[in-house]
Amino acid sequence: MSLLLVADIYGGYGGADILKGASVRVERDEIVVIVGPNGAGKSTVMKAVFGLLRIRKGQVRYKDEDITNARPEQMVKRGVAYVPQEKNVFPSLTVQENLEMGAFLLSGDLRPRLEKVYAVFPKLRDRRRQQAGLMSGGERQMVAMGRALMIDPELLMLDEPTAGLSPLLIDETFGRIREIQALGIGVLMVEQNAKQALAIADRGYVLATGANRHEDTGPNLLANREVAEMFLGG
Amino acid sequence: MDLLIDLIQLSIYGIVLGSILTLGAIGVSMIFGILRFAHFAHGDLMTIGAYVGLSFLVFTGAPVWWALPAGMVGAALTALLVDQAVYKHIRRTQPVILLISSFGMALVLRSVVQLVWGPNVYSYTGGIQRPWWFGDIAIVPNHVWILLAAVLIVAALHLFLTRTRMGKAMRAMSDNMDLALVTGIPAERVILITWILGGMLAAGAGVLLGMDSRLTPTMGWNILLPVFAAAILGGIGRPYGAIAGGMIIGLAMEISTLYLEPSYKPAVAFVIMVAVLIVRPQGIFKGTL
Repeated sequence: MSLLLVADIYGGYGGADILKGASVRVERDEIVVIVGPNGAGKSTVMKAVFGLLRIRKGQVRYKDEDITNARPEQMVKRGVAYVPQEKNVFPSLTVQENLEMGAFLLSGDLRPRLEKVYAVFPKLRDRRRQQAGLMSGGERQMVAMGRALMIDPELLMLDEPTAGLSPLLIDETFGRIREIQALGIGVLMVEQNAKQALAIADRGYVLATGANRHEDTGPNLLANREVAEMFLGG
Repeated sequence: MDLLIDLIQLSIYGIVLGSILTLGAIGVSMIFGILRFAHFAHGDLMTIGAYVGLSFLVFTGAPVWWALPAGMVGAALTALLVDQAVYKHIRRTQPVILLISSFGMALVLRSVVQLVWGPNVYSYTGGIQRPWWFGDIAIVPNHVWILLAAVLIVAALHLFLTRTRMGKAMRAMSDNMDLALVTGIPAERVILITWILGGMLAAGAGVLLGMDSRLTPTMGWNILLPVFAAAILGGIGRPYGAIAGGMIIGLAMEISTLYLEPSYKPAVAFVIMVAVLIVRPQGIFKGTL
């Protein structure tokens, strides 16, 4: 039973379809990366899975349950967390308040969850009273991921987690993502830094014009000449 | 020397007016931040709060300060009712449709007040209060209580917004609606709480305004313009900015009477509002406008 199974989905924002038969599969504690040229519909796949746009045809299954077109709130309740690419923190809230919002739908003591997140991102503990809007891009990305981890997700969906980060921070971010995977969390991410992302990925998909072009293990995709020439910049 | 005394005296009036405006402006700002439209019925929500408070006093014979909680309950229920009956159905349309609808609701609420309580002028207490004199400066006891009540209400709101889960969720939704959605914050529940708080704050402003002067069916409508000026000056969508905005507008309105006819007070607020919109439309605290 796959954690997430996206089977041949079609859909868009009301007009023409952006997704034209995209399929993705994520197993438990796997890192799966979607790469591809701009406008391929990579982020759109994520949004479609998370119920942010309408799927016209095809199916999304989570732990063998049909969740096609489920609302974001229902996804969160099922244990799926999503980090959008931009504007992914609440700027006027403190770091800790941002994290607390991640667990809004859960009741009970949040402290053990906060501790868990602080264990992955120790810097956030020192900055917990700082306003998230005043932090650097890299720190905000940590807050955003930390917020997503608050529900103890089984599946974490990251939309370009390294966008706009310096090379050093990109390495660090990918390192954190592996730590998150080590906690037993499946990770599905869209990445522009395709080579580095595929290097840490268990499997990857190359998406073009809304449909699957290639699918293989991370290392194999990296070694694939056609993929390298067409999508990874040689 | 006389000018200084006048200035101090007017500043006291300004702070009192400012604290009333603040309560209204915080509500307008919160509603704008979370529902993304300028709520034109807010003034008449204040009027409802003031009159419900009055009826409570008349029916129970309770001490005058009970008008505050009673009015809050009345205005909060009214706000919820209006939201569920009208605004909820047009939530996903354009802001301008909501704005015009709220304008219509303002007329409806005012007519309801006239229907229920009549066009007469009422006051919470009869007679004139003897002021306390500090040298040449007179302070009416009611003004002290008004300021105190406003401070307590704002402090309670601050605690709610910073200490409770729902309060933080309100700030989060005001910050970033889309992120709140994917975080799983239940928007409709937050909206209901926003209306309850907005209604309570409006009633706070209405009752305090009634204590400062008298109750008329147009009391809230007449003060709506300065309330909006305060909200915009503070940065609309930023409840904390509304405090600064309310105080500045209140002081400016009262101090302007040194040089202008008192009947120009709303015009002073209007001029400030227009100037802010031209020079710094985001307001002091960078609102979401």
